[in-house]
Amino acid sequence: MKQSLVFMLALLSVSAIHAQKYFTKAGNIAFFSDTALEKIEAHNYKATSVIDLTSGQMEFAVLIKAFQFEKALMQEHFNENYMESDKFPKATFKGEIQNLSDINFKKDGDYTAKIKGKLTIHGVTKDIETTGTFNVKSGKISASSVFNVLVADYGIKIPTVVKDNVAKEVKIEVNIDYEELKG
Amino acid sequence: MFQKDFASIKRGVLLCLLLSLCSAVFAQEDLLSLLGEDEATTDYVKASFKTNRVVNLHSLESTAGGVFDFKINHRFGFINGGIDELFGLDVAMIRIGGDYGITDRLTVGAGRNSFEKTYDGFLKYKLLWQSTGAKEMPISLALFASTAIRTIPFRDPDRENYVSSKMFYTFQAIIGRKFSESFSFQLSPTLVHRNLVATRAEKNDVLAMAAGTRLKLSKRLAINAEYVYVLPDQLAEIYKNSFTIGFDIETGGHVFQLHFTNSTSMIEKGFVTETTGDWLDGDIHFGFNVSRVFTVAKGKKE
Repeated sequence: MKQSLVFMLALLSVSAIHAQKYFTKAGNIAFFSDTALEKIEAHNYKATSVIDLTSGQMEFAVLIKAFQFEKALMQEHFNENYMESDKFPKATFKGEIQNLSDINFKKDGDYTAKIKGKLTIHGVTKDIETTGTFNVKSGKISASSVFNVLVADYGIKIPTVVKDNVAKEVKIEVNIDYEELKG
Repeated sequence: MFQKDFASIKRGVLLCLLLSLCSAVFAQEDLLSLLGEDEATTDYVKASFKTNRVVNLHSLESTAGGVFDFKINHRFGFINGGIDELFGLDVAMIRIGGDYGITDRLTVGAGRNSFEKTYDGFLKYKLLWQSTGAKEMPISLALFASTAIRTIPFRDPDRENYVSSKMFYTFQAIIGRKFSESFSFQLSPTLVHRNLVATRAEKNDVLAMAAGTRLKLSKRLAINAEYVYVLPDQLAEIYKNSFTIGFDIETGGHVFQLHFTNSTSMIEKGFVTETTGDWLDGDIHFGFNVSRVFTVAKGKKE
């Protein structure tokens, strides 16, 4: 009986760790398109993300319409012509940390994470692999990652007239300060 | 003793299995759903028309805050001029102007039309903005006021002429809706005030109802049409209702509007009250508008 109690306690503590999830509703996701003719960048400060520290699973979602451009017309074209945000309002990422054992979320430091998962943009889902950095500092966890995506991979067509203005490969930067998800 | 222990271990294993099953189920859940429902945001409808003009008429759209929109409008002669006039291409009227978005809702603009050497200036304010989400608004409503002054000499220099006699005012409410991604429709009740009119029979205040529509053919191509119905018994016989149809072609920062119209003037008082062309007689101008936007200042965000 004692032993089973020990078992139960052990298991409970395991599930308590299981419940260790962190989240944000104000993540920063930016993208950059650099060509000789034009530099385009847009920022989104309303990305949502939840990460499960025990299973290493992570999810991101971002509203396409919340990307802010310097030029109003670019923002309009981005939504209207390229991303068709009325049809595809969100971009999402669902993935997993591959080297979870290398990361100690309890100890301060920078950890490189290998991340693998599915990125959905413009209604098209692709497998991607990238690396990110987790920064742990006095209990606070932040994450960042930089990776490139090919615009054509996601069924986004760039018309010939602006083919020199819009990059074929767009750099995406992710910067998140996580908070503990309670309850 | 041993058996008792064994039984408890068995129970423990069972529990263990049960719990790991539970956590397996937990691991598969949708993590983002833990955050609850998305906060409702207001989605303001944009791009009901490709520019802030249907063709001649002002559309539901405003120039975005901090953006300058340089406008070059051209109308050739009537195409029934035939080969002698190269179907109107020998004649050209032009309006050069610019619109500036003070905010996303307030636009000012000015221009000069070579037709009767007329200068014009306008103010346009988007009072209601079609939106979905947290704030639902089924229509957009813009209020528009413009002043125009003709600078060609008076026809009768002998009578006493006042500067005010060359002035015209237009007031318009633009009410409409982007019904779908490709279809927008608007109505504009219009009042044109002329300080001086040619004959007693003509009214100083002319009431009209204008309609404009846009049908998108592809992401960068749309058909626009507009019609201005002037209420009867206000203008002389020779004046017709304005009808314009054409294409909008968008290429990044430019919008080209290629169209056919029976109106010569490109400003409100002109195409509402002074359209002489008759479509049935071939009094049709070929024309184009070019719109080029420049971001001057960082737009004021809502």
